[in-house]
Amino acid sequence: MTRTLWDSSVGKKTIMAVSGLIMLGYLVAHMVGNLKIFFGPGEFDRYAHWLRTMGDPVLHYSWGLWLVRVVLVAAVVLHGVSAYQLSRRDIKARPAKYVHTKPRASYATRTMRWGGVILALFIVWHILDLTTGTVHSGGFQEGHPYQNVVDTFSTWYGNVIYIVAVLAMGLHVQHGFWSAAQTLGVGNATRDRVLKTLANLLAAVLTLGFVSVPVAVMTGVVS
Amino acid sequence: MKLTLRVWRQQNAEAPGAMATYEVDGISRDMSFLEMLDTLNEELILAGDEPVAFDHDCREGICGACSLVINGDAHGPERTTTCQLHMRSFQDGDTIDVEPWRASAFPVVKDLVVDRSAFDRIIQSGGYISAPTGTAPDAHATPVPKPDADFAFEHAECIGCGACVAACPNGSAMLFTSAKVNHLNVLPQGTPERETRVLDMVATMDDEGFGGCTLTGECATACPKGIPLPSIAAMNKEWLRATRKVRR
Amino acid sequence: MSDYTQYTTGEPVTDTKAPHGPVADRWDTRRFEARLVNPANRRKHTVIVVGTGLAGGSAGATLAEQGYHVVQFCFQDSPRRAHSVAAQGGINAAKNYRNDGDSVHRLFYDTVKGGDFRARESNVHRLAEISVEIIDQCVAQGVPFAREYGGLLDNRSFGGVQVSRTFYARGQTGQQLLLGAYQALSRQIAAGNVELHARTEMLDLVVVDGKARGIVARDLVTGKIETHFADAVVLASGGYGNVFYLSTNAMNSNATAIWRAHRRGAYFANPCFTQIHPTCIPRTGEHQSKLTLMSESLRNDGRIWVPKAKGDDRPAAEIPEDERDYYLERIYPSFGNLVPRDIASRAAKNVCDEGRGVGPGGQGVYLDFAEAIGRMGRAKVEEKYGNLFDMYAQITAEDPYETPMRIYPAVHYTMGGLWVDYDLQTTVPGLFAIGEANFSDHGANRLGASALMQGLADGYFVLPSTINDYLARNPHTDEIDADHPAVAEAVAETEDRLSLLLAVDGDRTPDSFHREIGELMWEYCGMARTEKGLRTALERIPVIREEFWRRIKVPGTGEQFNQSLEKANRVVDYLELAELMCLDALHRAESCGGHFREESQTPDGEAARRDEEFSYAAAWEFTATGDAPVLHQEDLVFEYVHPTQRSYA
Repeated sequence: MTRTLWDSSVGKKTIMAVSGLIMLGYLVAHMVGNLKIFFGPGEFDRYAHWLRTMGDPVLHYSWGLWLVRVVLVAAVVLHGVSAYQLSRRDIKARPAKYVHTKPRASYATRTMRWGGVILALFIVWHILDLTTGTVHSGGFQEGHPYQNVVDTFSTWYGNVIYIVAVLAMGLHVQHGFWSAAQTLGVGNATRDRVLKTLANLLAAVLTLGFVSVPVAVMTGVVS
Repeated sequence: MKLTLRVWRQQNAEAPGAMATYEVDGISRDMSFLEMLDTLNEELILAGDEPVAFDHDCREGICGACSLVINGDAHGPERTTTCQLHMRSFQDGDTIDVEPWRASAFPVVKDLVVDRSAFDRIIQSGGYISAPTGTAPDAHATPVPKPDADFAFEHAECIGCGACVAACPNGSAMLFTSAKVNHLNVLPQGTPERETRVLDMVATMDDEGFGGCTLTGECATACPKGIPLPSIAAMNKEWLRATRKVRR
Repeated sequence: MSDYTQYTTGEPVTDTKAPHGPVADRWDTRRFEARLVNPANRRKHTVIVVGTGLAGGSAGATLAEQGYHVVQFCFQDSPRRAHSVAAQGGINAAKNYRNDGDSVHRLFYDTVKGGDFRARESNVHRLAEISVEIIDQCVAQGVPFAREYGGLLDNRSFGGVQVSRTFYARGQTGQQLLLGAYQALSRQIAAGNVELHARTEMLDLVVVDGKARGIVARDLVTGKIETHFADAVVLASGGYGNVFYLSTNAMNSNATAIWRAHRRGAYFANPCFTQIHPTCIPRTGEHQSKLTLMSESLRNDGRIWVPKAKGDDRPAAEIPEDERDYYLERIYPSFGNLVPRDIASRAAKNVCDEGRGVGPGGQGVYLDFAEAIGRMGRAKVEEKYGNLFDMYAQITAEDPYETPMRIYPAVHYTMGGLWVDYDLQTTVPGLFAIGEANFSDHGANRLGASALMQGLADGYFVLPSTINDYLARNPHTDEIDADHPAVAEAVAETEDRLSLLLAVDGDRTPDSFHREIGELMWEYCGMARTEKGLRTALERIPVIREEFWRRIKVPGTGEQFNQSLEKANRVVDYLELAELMCLDALHRAESCGGHFREESQTPDGEAARRDEEFSYAAAWEFTATGDAPVLHQEDLVFEYVHPTQRSYA
């Protein structure tokens, strides 16, 4: 079955759908966690600490977090490799373009590939910025995420990179969620409207939720 | 009507092709698009030039032979086959671009004619019910609920023209393949081969060099027979079900 | 007068294969008497099948299932595009699922009578028997026939018969049946039992020592002339309606396979029996390339009329009720708009000839649904005929809910074809003809929903049983190859013909000649025929043929994909076939079914059969191009259905 999945274009799409949904679930949790920033540094930092102690006493310190990280890395890699391979197949299947071209499909659909690349680059920057602190502006303080976030969004480029990425994420989720439903065979004519509405809702909520943080820092609501 | 046509000309599969420009005059609004091309071809023959090659046969929208991309749309601006497109859909003085189906699985044979035998091979790999002649039970032995019969019919309407592949930015044959899978898999007669059918047909589709589905929906928009986009989701479901059921 | 009309009458042709005894037992008897081929030996036999429509597709699939090696040809890019795909209405079967008094015998009776007593009883009875098996077979293949809420198959009555025996799949029955056969064929292609040559057109028959042993074909992509050899050749290449240029046939449907077989010795039977369908969309102008049929079911509720006055060019809506002539209701009060196809067609021609036709060129009559919409409501009309109305609107850009449809008759089907015996074998041993390509079952007129039935009966059931007998009796031990003199001759003839077409370099296109011969045939050998008209046509045809070979222009070369060359080569055969059709129509000085001779009609204008002189099938033997052929008569004996003169007044 594994070979069937990996060798087939439909199977690979299934892998993309499942890994995409895993990441989508993570995004929802991540966004909800982010919103804790509005309750001040104490609560936000405590939440960040809990991420390392969750599962205690069954799990050793930070094992829970590492588990999540491993699953996420697997999802990102599978999603990315599948997307790359499928895209190569698609481009090969349509080598000649029409002389007479016109814009096609929705913006979200057309930007899936480049949107995905933007998101991949963003994830790298985001980890180097707020997890390892390698490219962090100002002094990165381990264990003080509130201050780190405020620092990042106090620079213009921090805001630009983040907001562009969040908008790309919104578009990606809008088509991706509905598309995943089709790939997994959940879609049909009667459910189509529900699925499209849900996709739009998820995209909107995630975009607003994530964007609210830099906006709050910029406007001084969070400082 | 007087029109300017820009038509893809290509001598054979190996030769390079290019758009050529022709003027046609005295075109009636009642002509079908293919009759307009007939007019051009009669002029070309008399001038000693080779007429524009294009596939066509029944000219009533059912055989699936005609296959032109007109101004970037598979089968042109109306939702129908090229043969049922009439010149009243155009304006006097228009410039019209005519191109062949584009997909690496559909190589150009000549001018606007492409080789769609890959579709036949997809059907050969499982798009049938094994019922040797003479073995059939009475037609009423197995009732089929009307909704299932209607669902089967809706998908069986596919004429195999390939507009779905031509319109898809990925050159994907998912709509074509799903139409046949759904037609046969929903029927009780098709149940014994349900799993192997979808697995084999999808595998052949991949082997023939069609692209994957990114659900742009272009195929269903171009389909002259209105095979709906959810057809693809229904096939995905069948495929996933089959991978669980069948050990290979 | 040309020499061509001075035909001679040869020995009668007899069907030596039809068994005797009660008609209901004959098919069983024949199947039992026929010799069989050992299953283990079948793969050593190669059978060529030309055409992939209902007859060819089903025959190829079934022969391959039985174990024969099948080599199959179609000129289309895929077997799925054969013109059977375009049949709309349905397929008859004597299932009696409605419990309305139908039976095999009634279908047999209706078909013999509908064919105006010019078909062979044995064949028709077999067709009626097999009809029930066809439905079973197609359902098992997954053909999505219309069903009722209980899950069982729906039926409707069709073509004026009094029982509901027509199975259908919306307006696309032909498509669905064809896809069933195509899929069965595809399964055998995948299994390696059928070798398919698509985009390959048969251009000649190879006859060795009096037996059909192969074909000469042209690969339409490369232009290469190929030879293929077999132990038997089956022609399933369809009818020849395209001789009329404008018809409901597909653009590329052609007569070349059967005509070339005729030239090699197969008799051509009843070529003048052509069916004109009354409800087609009229032509809009000179550019018209083909005609589109509208289902006959429209006549159930639509009323046909023309203005009473000649040359009345007011729009339909402005013509008051008392200035309209509902001519079918007036002339045939009991059947009204539901008179048979040939009567409805001729009546339309008559009113148009009087100058009362409507639409461009006055070649049309109104089919008006205003009364039906008033009676049933628009919603009901939409439910019943919506897809047909949409199709009409698509083609004409007129809204049939608002303005009456315009219709006009068009050539639709050819009952004539290669003469075959009960085994469907032609007069060339080893050459079989099935489906519309043969002449056998429809007599002088085909009933609605019977063409699909006959094609599938021949392909699924009859031929696969009868061809065994021939193959068992003719075990070919001598291999033939391209060097055999008979093969070399056939190839050389084909190549010479194509080279000549390319070499003339004249000033007229293949289409212009096709149009010219088509218009001539429509005028003189169409809905109504006269001795004078037919003689005029017979004088004109050799002139056109001579002009063709002087003025034809075919660009390009023979070694490439060349659609002009394909077309020109088909026109060559139309120019010869047309002549035989006119001669057959001239010699049959009676009216029957689709063949109406104005000299032979009853006082009230009905077709008058002359059974004492013409109760035979006319099988013509080819002599040479333009030379008078030889007529062989097959006497028709009616033991069960006794000829009566039909009356619809």
